[in-house]
Amino acid sequence: MKTKSIIISSSEELPRTKFFKRFPVPKNFGISTNSRIKRGQTWPSPAGATHLKTFEIYRFDPDSGNNPQIDTYEVDLDDCGPMVLDALIWIKNKVDSTLTFRRSCREGVCGSCAMNMDGTNWLACTRAIDDMDTTAKIYPLTNMKIIKDLVPDLTHVFAQYEIIEPWLQTKTPAPDRERLQTPEDRAKLDGYYECILCFCCTSGCPSHWWNGDRFLGPAALLHAWRWLNDSRDEAKGERLNQLEDPFRLYRCHTILNCTRTCPKGLNPGKAIAEIKKMIADRKS
Amino acid sequence: MEGKARKPSRPRSPNIQIYRPQLTSVLSIAHRITGIFLSLCSMSVVVWLVAAANGPASYIRFQGVIGSWLGQIVLLIAVFGFFLHVCGGIRHLIWDTAHGFELRHIYISGWFVIATSLMLTLVFWIASRMVWG
Repeated sequence: MKTKSIIISSSEELPRTKFFKRFPVPKNFGISTNSRIKRGQTWPSPAGATHLKTFEIYRFDPDSGNNPQIDTYEVDLDDCGPMVLDALIWIKNKVDSTLTFRRSCREGVCGSCAMNMDGTNWLACTRAIDDMDTTAKIYPLTNMKIIKDLVPDLTHVFAQYEIIEPWLQTKTPAPDRERLQTPEDRAKLDGYYECILCFCCTSGCPSHWWNGDRFLGPAALLHAWRWLNDSRDEAKGERLNQLEDPFRLYRCHTILNCTRTCPKGLNPGKAIAEIKKMIADRKS
Repeated sequence: MEGKARKPSRPRSPNIQIYRPQLTSVLSIAHRITGIFLSLCSMSVVVWLVAAANGPASYIRFQGVIGSWLGQIVLLIAVFGFFLHVCGGIRHLIWDTAHGFELRHIYISGWFVIATSLMLTLVFWIASRMVWG
């Protein structure tokens, strides 16, 4: 593990100290009635295990009619893989088959298992259990409508992604072959095309918490910049008109939780600043 | 609608209550709080001028409030808030040119803002004591 510094150079670095111990169960200030979280049950710890780790996991069962709750599990680390996703799969196989979460690739390329671990968003498949707090806390992505347990409803954020029209738009007649791009122009897309749409950033953005209905959020805006920045795209003006709005773009207040949390090490904060600059340049 | 299965009302997962405060978000909210606080403080500057225009008696009363230990604490917070807001504002101006977005630079500039405003507060406080007693 890397040495921890107060200067964070890469989003995969964990904070040096954890000043702010979270409440075992959130205090539910100003939370709508059906979202309030209660203390749930403690599941039996595996018999004969010597190397245990405690996980507190957000549970919500839509069929029960009950509020979300925090369940406690003990995981036998000698019997389980190294990553948080391995622990979740272990719990599902060995303790509680009703625990529900999304996962697919288990190597950080699909973005399915994005969730909130120890207070920040990351992919469960690329976060080591050893890097978790003594009592590991697992929540679904923050500020999302929850379908079940750790599965958030991503309909809204994908609709916001659709608003920026994430495809190549051209006006000139189609050439006989591919639309070519110089290696230099192609290099401008590095750091922007790699986004896997896990929505760790959008879900971790305080501005999106308060104005998520109208602010597009960092993930969608990063993609907006990816197309604005593409030498082959010919709809730059229309794209900027679409974005130039007090809420869609300018609710970004450069908080930069997005850049801090991106599991792919991308920089949505910079992409949004580039869009703002492009709009300013267009006016001058 | 009657007859159809009601769409279950989905709970919203917690946000600010569980998300870890970190340098990025803490400095952002500090910038806003100091901004609001300083705009309130600027009103007390008007009160100060009005008190001065009103004659010696009301001016001395105002000075008494400022000179009390509570007044001094508020003043110290205001001075620190001012420098934090100025330094943070410069940081935001640099960001507006789309520079300084490497995560490393975000953290360096963030800690630099905190250190500089603490230092400036100290220097300003000591200097003002030396000049005006």
